[in-house]
Amino acid sequence: MEVVKIENVTRVYQIGKLETRALQGVDLSIESGEFTSLVGPSGSGKTTLLQMIGCLDQPTSGHVIVNGKDVTKLNRNQRADMRRENIGFIFQFFALIPTLSAYENIEMPLLLNRQGTAERKERVMELLKAVDLTDRANNRPDQLSGGQQQRVAIARALAPRPALILADEPTANLDTENGRQVMDIMQKLNKDTGVTFVFATHDPRVINYARRVVTLQDGLIEKESKPVKK
Amino acid sequence: MIQILKMAFRDLGRNRRRSFFSALAVGAGLALLILMASVIEGEMGSAIESAIKLQSGHIQIRAVTYNENKSSLKWVDLIENPEQIAGQIGALNQVKAVTPRLYASGFLSSGTQSAGARITGIDPLSPASDPYREGVVSGNFISPDDREAVLIGKPMADKLNLKVGDNVSLSLNTSDGNVQDQTFTVKGIYSTNTYGFDSATVFLPLVKAQAITQTENHASTIFILLKDTALTDSVLPALHVSSNLEIKTWKDLNALFVDYEAMAQSYISIFYLIILAISASVIINTLIMSVYERTREIGILSAIGMRGNRIMMLFLAESSMLAVGGVIMGLIIGVLATLYFNVNGFYIGNMGLSGILITDTIYAKLTTDNLINLTIMTFVVTLLSGFYPAVMASRMQPVAALRAEK
Repeated sequence: MEVVKIENVTRVYQIGKLETRALQGVDLSIESGEFTSLVGPSGSGKTTLLQMIGCLDQPTSGHVIVNGKDVTKLNRNQRADMRRENIGFIFQFFALIPTLSAYENIEMPLLLNRQGTAERKERVMELLKAVDLTDRANNRPDQLSGGQQQRVAIARALAPRPALILADEPTANLDTENGRQVMDIMQKLNKDTGVTFVFATHDPRVINYARRVVTLQDGLIEKESKPVKK
Repeated sequence: MIQILKMAFRDLGRNRRRSFFSALAVGAGLALLILMASVIEGEMGSAIESAIKLQSGHIQIRAVTYNENKSSLKWVDLIENPEQIAGQIGALNQVKAVTPRLYASGFLSSGTQSAGARITGIDPLSPASDPYREGVVSGNFISPDDREAVLIGKPMADKLNLKVGDNVSLSLNTSDGNVQDQTFTVKGIYSTNTYGFDSATVFLPLVKAQAITQTENHASTIFILLKDTALTDSVLPALHVSSNLEIKTWKDLNALFVDYEAMAQSYISIFYLIILAISASVIINTLIMSVYERTREIGILSAIGMRGNRIMMLFLAESSMLAVGGVIMGLIIGVLATLYFNVNGFYIGNMGLSGILITDTIYAKLTTDNLINLTIMTFVVTLLSGFYPAVMASRMQPVAALRAEK
């Protein structure tokens, strides 16, 4: 099943009189269960493409279809609903809410989805276990290491059982060991739960995990490859 | 919702000092409003009460032709046989005291000094004269059969350098338009702590005043004190006077003051607005800073699917908490300050407002109405100030917010 379909998407940023064409007509299709990496140098448009898929930004032209819905036709609130119900995010900086504990951060999307207390608790505990942070449930982000914070972010992204998880440079701020741990967890979750992962990266270690690599250059897809699996 | 409140509370806790001072700004504003309202209430209340007690009474009966400013002493402008009318009115249940009085203008002189005086003939035994008797600071109060004794106010005694037992020359108008002079002895000196009154009013026994002004059995007015100011309107229907007389209430007699009070209220409203505007700008500033500092967090919340209206609620919850904290602080500080000034008063000296009697010390008086109104007003203004920053936060574009520097 096709989770994401991108049709001839362009994105032009107007900064003063300067026009920057971040995406210049991209077509891409992502199937359910994929573990796909968007790669390319800085400014190649991979983060912009990820934001289009994640309904965080709107294309200048073209269509973005997520889970069968054309998100370019949605308004602000509908896009927020789309993100809440279908898409999980993992960012380069460990984007947690500093005033909430690990447990509460993971619980947040479930609260936004109005799930019951018992159901929420069960799901959060399950995820804490999956990312191996059960004993850190009550710690706030500033009491966790970078790797631990990123694992909380992964658990939060997974919490509402989204169809798709988007990760923007998830290992960029982690050392080798923590980066490997985070990638191992993501890979395992992909295999166990079948959730689709798309990550933007230029870290070769991350690229090695991918089953499909889409290379961008100057806002266009340059090539696609399937690296030999480790 | 509980989660939003929890987040809002913790967000305020992140920068405790800033939150505390913001709430304090609201609190200080409210405290100031409460104190101001109480002082004004105290001043207005005591001024009107002292004007009634000392000068106007609750009700006066006068000749239609009587002109207060001229202290006319022509018989046609006076009330004949006032005792008879007074006796009838005194039978009314609501009346505390009723007594004829005679006013004449004149001046006192001692040595080379002299001072204008409002000569007031009173019945020393009437309960309406109690405030003057109680105000005696040296010497004795006058008695009905005194023929050469006067009671003068402390400011006048100071001005003319008089003390009890000294002689003073009194010149005053008579009913036929002549001036009569007589030497009196200062029997007592009084103070009602109301400069405007004490500096001009000189008391004589009514009978002596009538004799010296040749008004015989006449009075300028029948002075009526009721058991309570609120009874005024209920007494009016029971008063019947002949067509040459008229009835005046304390509102008519203190018209200047009543106008002044209305004017003061509108000035005070402007002060209220200024104080509230200051508190509001502090809150707006705090929350805008908080929105900017947390731009990326707002982006995260938006990315995980929080709708704009919920983000707005988060910030509104913060301003509500600041409002609650501020109001509590304001109530504590405001009520304590008011209590202090309620007991100790605060001395303003001679305000020198002509025509209005204001005591030299104001005792703050807090009314429930003021307390409730000001508290609600402060709370609402603080909540409204949170609105703009909250809308600002809710309108942020997620991409732009996520891009913000940490």
